[in-house]
Amino acid sequence: MNLIPTEHYLLFALVLFAAGVTGILTRRNVIGVLISIELMLNAAAINLVVFSHTVKTAPETGQLFAFFVIALAAAGAAVGLAIVLALYRNRHTVQTDEMNLLKW
Amino acid sequence: MDQLFVNLKNMALHLIGVFAPDWLVSLSSILISVGAMTFLGIFIMMYLTLMERKVIGRMQNRIGPNRVGKWGLLQPVADAIKMLTKEDIVPEPADRLLHFLAPVMIVIPALLIFAVIPFGRNMTALDLNVGLLYFFAMSSTTTMVIFMAGWGSRNKYASLGGMRSVAQMISYEVPMVLSVVPVLLSVGSLSTGKIVEAQADLWFVLTPWGFFACVIFFLCGVAECNRSPFDLPEAESEIVAGFHTEFSGMKFALFYMAEFMNAFSIAALTATLFLGGWQGPLLPSWLWFILKTYSLLFVMMWFRGTLPRLRADQMMGLAWKFLLPLALVNILAAGLHLYLGGPAGFASALIILLGSFMGLSKVNRSYVPEKREYVLAD
Amino acid sequence: MESLQVLVKAGIYILMAAGSLAAIGAVFFPNLFYAGLSLAGVLICVAGIYLSAGADFLAMVQILIYVGAVMTLIIYAIMLTNIEEIKVSHLGIKQILLSILAVSGFAVLTASAILSIDWRPLSGQNRLEVHELGAALMSRYIFPFEVLGILLFAVLIGAIVIARKDKV
Repeated sequence: MNLIPTEHYLLFALVLFAAGVTGILTRRNVIGVLISIELMLNAAAINLVVFSHTVKTAPETGQLFAFFVIALAAAGAAVGLAIVLALYRNRHTVQTDEMNLLKW
Repeated sequence: MDQLFVNLKNMALHLIGVFAPDWLVSLSSILISVGAMTFLGIFIMMYLTLMERKVIGRMQNRIGPNRVGKWGLLQPVADAIKMLTKEDIVPEPADRLLHFLAPVMIVIPALLIFAVIPFGRNMTALDLNVGLLYFFAMSSTTTMVIFMAGWGSRNKYASLGGMRSVAQMISYEVPMVLSVVPVLLSVGSLSTGKIVEAQADLWFVLTPWGFFACVIFFLCGVAECNRSPFDLPEAESEIVAGFHTEFSGMKFALFYMAEFMNAFSIAALTATLFLGGWQGPLLPSWLWFILKTYSLLFVMMWFRGTLPRLRADQMMGLAWKFLLPLALVNILAAGLHLYLGGPAGFASALIILLGSFMGLSKVNRSYVPEKREYVLAD
Repeated sequence: MESLQVLVKAGIYILMAAGSLAAIGAVFFPNLFYAGLSLAGVLICVAGIYLSAGADFLAMVQILIYVGAVMTLIIYAIMLTNIEEIKVSHLGIKQILLSILAVSGFAVLTASAILSIDWRPLSGQNRLEVHELGAALMSRYIFPFEVLGILLFAVLIGAIVIARKDKV
């Protein structure tokens, strides 16, 4: 951990997070949006692990919270993909701009 | 004799240390281990193919290959030359990048697993303190690569075979991981070296929970390698050749190599976790390890020569409805055995396991249609 | 020993660079399968970063869960919803450029905030053993652990119910 300064880890996490946000704003496909969400969750988990070395709480807190983030991200991906499958069965498309039944 | 390979490596490092700086010695220590493992992997795979063909030949009342070299010992060399010189056909609508990368990426986890296998006393290449979890992580990345292979071929049978294979592998991972939990309860560490050392008094297979866990782990491992009797995804009469239909020549050789390396890792890990690893009275430790691993591989080949293939729904039913509940009850039984200790724990664990085994077999009885009554027109 | 440390540091920087490239690939590839595979590349690079930061248990869990299970889910979904040709995104170039501009503005702001703080990593912390993590999980964090179990159970049942074919 003391090989590389902390800022570099945080900047890497920032790059991942920015890429994820760009993906959400840019992608038309629902599964593409889910991929970008996974990128953002990973960036948050890296931050948690890196901060466990810089703050004065117990050292296992950062790793355990990153573990919870990973488990929750998997759960979110599972339900999201189930919804995508149900959507595809009804509308036969997974483009976000074709899900416009509730638009006025 | 026991530390033969360790001493050889130390002598080589001393020789290099005479005329090289410090960092070169550490680097060459790493390179010697990596090179030994790679060479070992390829050598093992080559002679496993020969062993399989001869063993299955004998079970089918014929001699295996015996033309090339005495007893067919040069047959793998002939096979290698044949695979290298075959034409590499890529179908036209296929995705060239995926078609190229899939065979490469399936060998990488298969080779990486060899790093945590304890080949003998002090002979683990990388004694991680999360060694067992490393094995499960590496074997679960294979699923994604099989998808790549199946989808990249743009072939209906290949995609179907790939999806079936992935469904099989992820279903059998769950009982596999759960069946290892009693071992962790007993040892208290994930490191494979410590698990072997904890079996110095009693191999885990001789306890009731260990026996059931060994059988569950071995069956799930055989299913993970897509070997008989779970080889529906690559059976020739079913689905052409499954996910590796469209791969020819060296690419097919790499898939074949990865399958045998996976089989070797499963056998090696069963020997490590349940059969005592390299522990044994008289012979050197690495010889015990080789004996145990190769007898388990012989059992795998015995399965292939004897048992009929399972249908897809029977296979999934076995994983989810039989092995998974049995693995969960096994954890309970192991907890009882370790908590009560002595004959009371042993007996209660045995009774719970046998009872649940019989209960689950009754529940999973396959559908037998009732006898029909024929009324003849009279 | 200095040269080995230089090698290790170079390795970590290469992992970070590869992870960033793969992240950009995951966001910009029009072919969804390539985007999914780039996401798998990002996840493996992130596991390497966890290893270098001293969280080896977390690195193995990341590969096991994310690359082994979540990627399988995503690729199954891509394969089941992409039977026809993969449609290229019809988003206008103006919208893409605008979103990149906004996100880079946010990124520059956050980066300047990160670089202006003097991070002092605490020196006395060794690599955490797995049994310490387990002890903490069972003693201090038992409540989130149990809630996570119930949540995963609900997710399992919910996902099966949502994705089931309606029995007509």
